[in-house]
Amino acid sequence: MKELLDDIDRWQAAGSRVAIARVVDIEGSGPREPGAAMAVNDQGEVAGSVSGGCVEGAVVSEALAILAGEAEPRIVTFGYSDDEAFAVGLTCGGTIRLFIEPLDW
Amino acid sequence: MSQPAGTLYQRLRTLLRAEQPVALVTVVAGPGVGGKMLITPTDAPLGSLGHPELDRIAVRDALAELEAGRSGVRHYGPEGQTTPEDLVGTPTVSAFIESWAPPPQMWIFGAVDFTAALGKVAKVLGYRVTVCDAREIFATRRRFPMADEVVVSWPSPLFERRGHTLGQRDAVCILTHDPKFDVPAVQGALATGAGYIGVMGSRKTHAKRMERLAEVGVDQPEQLARLMSPIGLDLGARTPEETAISICAEIIARRTGRLAPSLRDSSGPIHGTLDGTGG
Repeated sequence: MKELLDDIDRWQAAGSRVAIARVVDIEGSGPREPGAAMAVNDQGEVAGSVSGGCVEGAVVSEALAILAGEAEPRIVTFGYSDDEAFAVGLTCGGTIRLFIEPLDW
Repeated sequence: MSQPAGTLYQRLRTLLRAEQPVALVTVVAGPGVGGKMLITPTDAPLGSLGHPELDRIAVRDALAELEAGRSGVRHYGPEGQTTPEDLVGTPTVSAFIESWAPPPQMWIFGAVDFTAALGKVAKVLGYRVTVCDAREIFATRRRFPMADEVVVSWPSPLFERRGHTLGQRDAVCILTHDPKFDVPAVQGALATGAGYIGVMGSRKTHAKRMERLAEVGVDQPEQLARLMSPIGLDLGARTPEETAISICAEIIARRTGRLAPSLRDSSGPIHGTLDGTGG
């Protein structure tokens, strides 16, 4: 999160709304530890990353849906080992769970 | 309980920029998703997860996670229940405790070429680096621009003043080969809670040092077991830079409890410590 502060400041100063996605849990081999974070603004601009680049695209879509009020803040799971997982997987075969929410707190 | 939107984030932002210890607890599943508390070791918590008892338990757990520098998900009942029998028949509140601990410290004794290389690698790994040497002409900022501080001092005064700040996540690396300096540095380091203490030297230097340490009363097996001497993994490192990698690799392996063979020649999970935490 620390590395996102400057971008978030800039976006908020320009009047953009911001969503935050944070890794809360990993199973098996995962590229990033809990706390890895990425911020997305309502223009679709991105700061930070939550994996080795495997799931960022899907996270942006989900974040934009949340900012547009089309989805509630929630845990999103990526990985092969979970039947309900998103179609996008991690090449390392692990599972990561992200919490995505608007930065309105 | 409630506060204007933005308050919590602004406070978090200030604390993160000041590198102050802070934990953010967020309800990520169950009743009250999105509920938050901001917790520090010194200030009253901000925010609420929705029930006073749940808040109390969350503060307790967040402070423990912060102390250990860990982040992860905990599960509670909506009124702070934690035991399996109390949780039967209640919805589960899953809370993500994210903690930001101050960076771990590495104290390097001896202002030598190995120190500059080790300081660089330590910075890459996120350490706050202190270089200490009693010789004013060697212990200069100019020679160690990567260090967060360069202290001109004998080891003992530095340990007396600040040894209590060293904990499990911190490392002391003694790179002087000079018994005048490394014996008091080892004594000082053993009196702290530092998680890693490494001492450089050839096998011969090491043997002589152990004799000198015994002379000053450092001879207890539990004391000697804490010393990584000679310092570093057996990588065949030659240059200061390679040696720095071998030292830092050893620090990581000691923390995770690994033996550090090549992954090709071992089996089992790639991540996590061998005590079963992590994935």
